[in-house]
Amino acid sequence: MKPLLVRLLQDGPVITDGAWGTELQARGLAIGDFPDVWNLSHPDRVAEVARAYVEAGSQLILTNTFGANRIRMADHGAPEQVAEINRRGVQLSIQAAENRASVFASIGPTGKLLMVGEVTLDEVRAAFIEQAEALARGGAQGLVIETMSDLDEAKAALDAAKRTGLPVVVCMVFDAGKEKDRTMTGATPEQVASELTGAGADVIGANCGLGIEGYVPVCRRLRAATDLPIWIKANAGLPTLVGGNVVYQTTPDQFASHVPALIEAGASFIGGCCGTNPTFIRAVREVRGRLTSAEALIVHPTRGEPEHPAT
Amino acid sequence: MQEYKALHEAILSGDAATARAVTEKALAASADPLRLVNDLMVPAMDEVGRRFECNEYFVPELLISARAMKAALELIRPILIARGDEPAGRVAIGTVKGDLHDIGKNLVAAMLEGGGFEVIDLGVNVSPEQFVKAVREGKANVVAMSALLTTTMPAMKTTIEALKQAGLREKVKVLIGGAPITQKYAEEIGADGYSDNAPAAVSLAKKQLAVGA
Repeated sequence: MKPLLVRLLQDGPVITDGAWGTELQARGLAIGDFPDVWNLSHPDRVAEVARAYVEAGSQLILTNTFGANRIRMADHGAPEQVAEINRRGVQLSIQAAENRASVFASIGPTGKLLMVGEVTLDEVRAAFIEQAEALARGGAQGLVIETMSDLDEAKAALDAAKRTGLPVVVCMVFDAGKEKDRTMTGATPEQVASELTGAGADVIGANCGLGIEGYVPVCRRLRAATDLPIWIKANAGLPTLVGGNVVYQTTPDQFASHVPALIEAGASFIGGCCGTNPTFIRAVREVRGRLTSAEALIVHPTRGEPEHPAT
Repeated sequence: MQEYKALHEAILSGDAATARAVTEKALAASADPLRLVNDLMVPAMDEVGRRFECNEYFVPELLISARAMKAALELIRPILIARGDEPAGRVAIGTVKGDLHDIGKNLVAAMLEGGGFEVIDLGVNVSPEQFVKAVREGKANVVAMSALLTTTMPAMKTTIEALKQAGLREKVKVLIGGAPITQKYAEEIGADGYSDNAPAAVSLAKKQLAVGA
């Protein structure tokens, strides 16, 4: 395991952050506008989101760079700003963290399907290499490839990210199939774990999806199929419309109540995705804080290191 | 029709080249194009949908099957149109205003085409006015809306209101889908139906228009 990951995990599971897009919208980002561009146009508000998560207790925060790859940005104009948006995104999170939290940079999918030839593997790889390099130059301590539905695209991103030498997290969305435990292309947690471990990821996991409950068994299955640490950032359930507003039904306390089960299932990094905010992270942090050190260390990834006692 | 069973197989396995070749051969031998559709192609797509339900097929398999279906339909549709046969329905489909995600929308569009519908693909970031125009001028009798973002899903409601104001709401069935969408949401905004996957969207559209599967 990379030294930074060993250091991060020495005291048990690490609390990450929650959703960014909705937090930026709460600060004035118009619906449908591209959040990543705000790294250049509204840096103060982007930093505010990062700071809100650090203050809520995130030990590791991401960056406002989820969509900043050349392929996705072509839909929004401004592909020439890719490098600058990524670099600035990392810098904003680092400044806001003030050494209170680690900063791993976010890499999301291209939004195009490889399997039907909307983009080629070479185009995808080139876009991720460009983004990963810019994120590394900005000072990211690690890279997080997230919300992936297609293993081939995830592996292309992993390949690109590994060139930077930084620790790389790869997490996929499990929301398809009858049991909602497959990726869009049909991969099971076991297949995902085996392929991403084989391809050299440092941490693997699941994010987004249908809610935190469903990710407990997914986490357990990932855990059983790899020695790598597991990363879980679930949604706050599915949204409903209340009085014209989109509302997620899961409350911060309900969300956090699943955290002990997630830790028991093997999660080493825990945070939230769509529908979560700093209040959720604060609740998760509180639940995490109530666990005894033995409970918290129960599931530590080991890979050649002595296992933490589970007593 | 049994001599053209290879068409059924080609669609099931997503082999567009074979689907096209068998269709060409069948049409050259004066096979009834409508029977090719109803006896071979539609049952093949129904089987694709069944396999999807059973976790045997996933999105990649749906896409290649839909593409094989489309390859055959491209040969058949001009003949059907020339002799005055109407499509199962005319669907105006798009991802709603503010939302640029098109994977789910494209998949549903492909499956609807495979199901015998004429599809007017309005693309992404489609305004309520564009949907209204497609119904008024494109003679669509189904409006299918997609949204991936919780922040853009309210645009579905706005579009339904725009259809009402244009006096067109009663002329169309409104179907919605996308990651954050639920049946409950469909009911709340007054849509006619919701589907959580692409094959089911085709049966839903047929059910809504009361056309046989």
